[in-house]
Amino acid sequence: MIPPRLIPVLLIDRDRRVVKTVGFGPRTYIGDPFNIVRLFNEKQVDEICVVDIDAGADRRAPDFDFAAALAAECFMPLSFGGGIAELDHARRLIADGVEKVVLRTHASAPLIAAIAHEFGAQAVVGCLDYRATGGDRVTLGPTPEPLAVAAARLADAGVGELILQSADHDGCRTGMDVEGIAALAPRLSVPVIALGGAGELGDLAAATAAGADAAASGSAFCFIGRLRAVLVTYPDYAVRQQQVTA
Amino acid sequence: MITIVDYGVGNIASLVNMFEHVGAETRLSAEPEAIARAPRLLLPGVGSFAHAMGVLRARGLDTALRAAAGNGAALLGVCLGMQLLARHSEEGDAEGLGLIAADVRRIVPTTDGVKVPNMGWREVTPAGDNWLLPRGDETERFYFAHSYHMVCDDTADVAGTVDYDGVKTVAVAHGNVFGAQFHPEKSHRFGMRLLSDFAGLES
Repeated sequence: MIPPRLIPVLLIDRDRRVVKTVGFGPRTYIGDPFNIVRLFNEKQVDEICVVDIDAGADRRAPDFDFAAALAAECFMPLSFGGGIAELDHARRLIADGVEKVVLRTHASAPLIAAIAHEFGAQAVVGCLDYRATGGDRVTLGPTPEPLAVAAARLADAGVGELILQSADHDGCRTGMDVEGIAALAPRLSVPVIALGGAGELGDLAAATAAGADAAASGSAFCFIGRLRAVLVTYPDYAVRQQQVTA
Repeated sequence: MITIVDYGVGNIASLVNMFEHVGAETRLSAEPEAIARAPRLLLPGVGSFAHAMGVLRARGLDTALRAAAGNGAALLGVCLGMQLLARHSEEGDAEGLGLIAADVRRIVPTTDGVKVPNMGWREVTPAGDNWLLPRGDETERFYFAHSYHMVCDDTADVAGTVDYDGVKTVAVAHGNVFGAQFHPEKSHRFGMRLLSDFAGLES
């Protein structure tokens, strides 16, 4: 059996450095993105997700040169997010070697439809950040809405898969939002990638066992131990086959 | 020398990178004359079948690709590029190149929990006897991202399958025309093996 995908997520700051956040706040420096991608190549990761987390705040277009240089190093699928606000941004990124574009701030139905029409649904990933307030999961952003409603809306708009990112769990390394994943993932027609909270392989496996089609993490593949020592790591295929199941 | 058909539909940079990595030379071309004469052709593609066929036709590349295949060129279609080898696709109700006796249909799940697109890595079961998927000690796995699949008239053209809500054809071989539904350019050492073997084919 093929184990569900495990996806390292690299957060890139405005200086093209890989960082890791906690609760979407304080950042820890991890390393140089090209070195890290080469290590992940050697470890034959399933795919990799790179998000420029300052593009939105800086009101920048995507960092095209950076994305192209990174894509040239990736012998695995690469999804890229940050600053993608129009169809032409997606065109440039895909022509340069990015497999999938990640839409968050600008995940409007018309933009999703336009990219999916030209490149297929599999090229568009929707990312929803959410928090749990009193048991209800609500998206972050200017117009919060129930997570289930937002997820169904993006699936209907034509995304090929959805990243559901728990801001409460971000960087905590204590486990993912298994309850939320179990409630939502089986009800969606498109694959769901769980993100937020994993500290080790067992946390990722718990998310896929709960119904996530894939599990993603920054921390689990970049830190080791209680003191968060930086170590780029990824489990062997044989280990994943044994320990990560659908 | 591998000629990659550069018609603006697909992730050409990744293919160029991977061929370079395995030591194979590539050139990009959108010239019908050059493509009709090329001995080794790679047809990439992502996105909508009807859109891609429209572009090929508008540039005279459909005729050029058929001519090349008729001349005995080794032609490998990847992802949507494989589907374009078929007669017809449900996606946009469009005619294809007709180089493989097959139609392309949407994946319609019949089992709970099966999602579309089929996204992720799958182990591919070889069929027949060909270089695309050699029968070795290790089952090769490749990266997939597709919502449509090819259905061949003749099982002899099937080179590989996966079980995704039933057996689906994901690789085809008919004479000198080949197709891979998955993405060898994004499939680590398995993809390197496949593209390297394509570069070394007699043609």
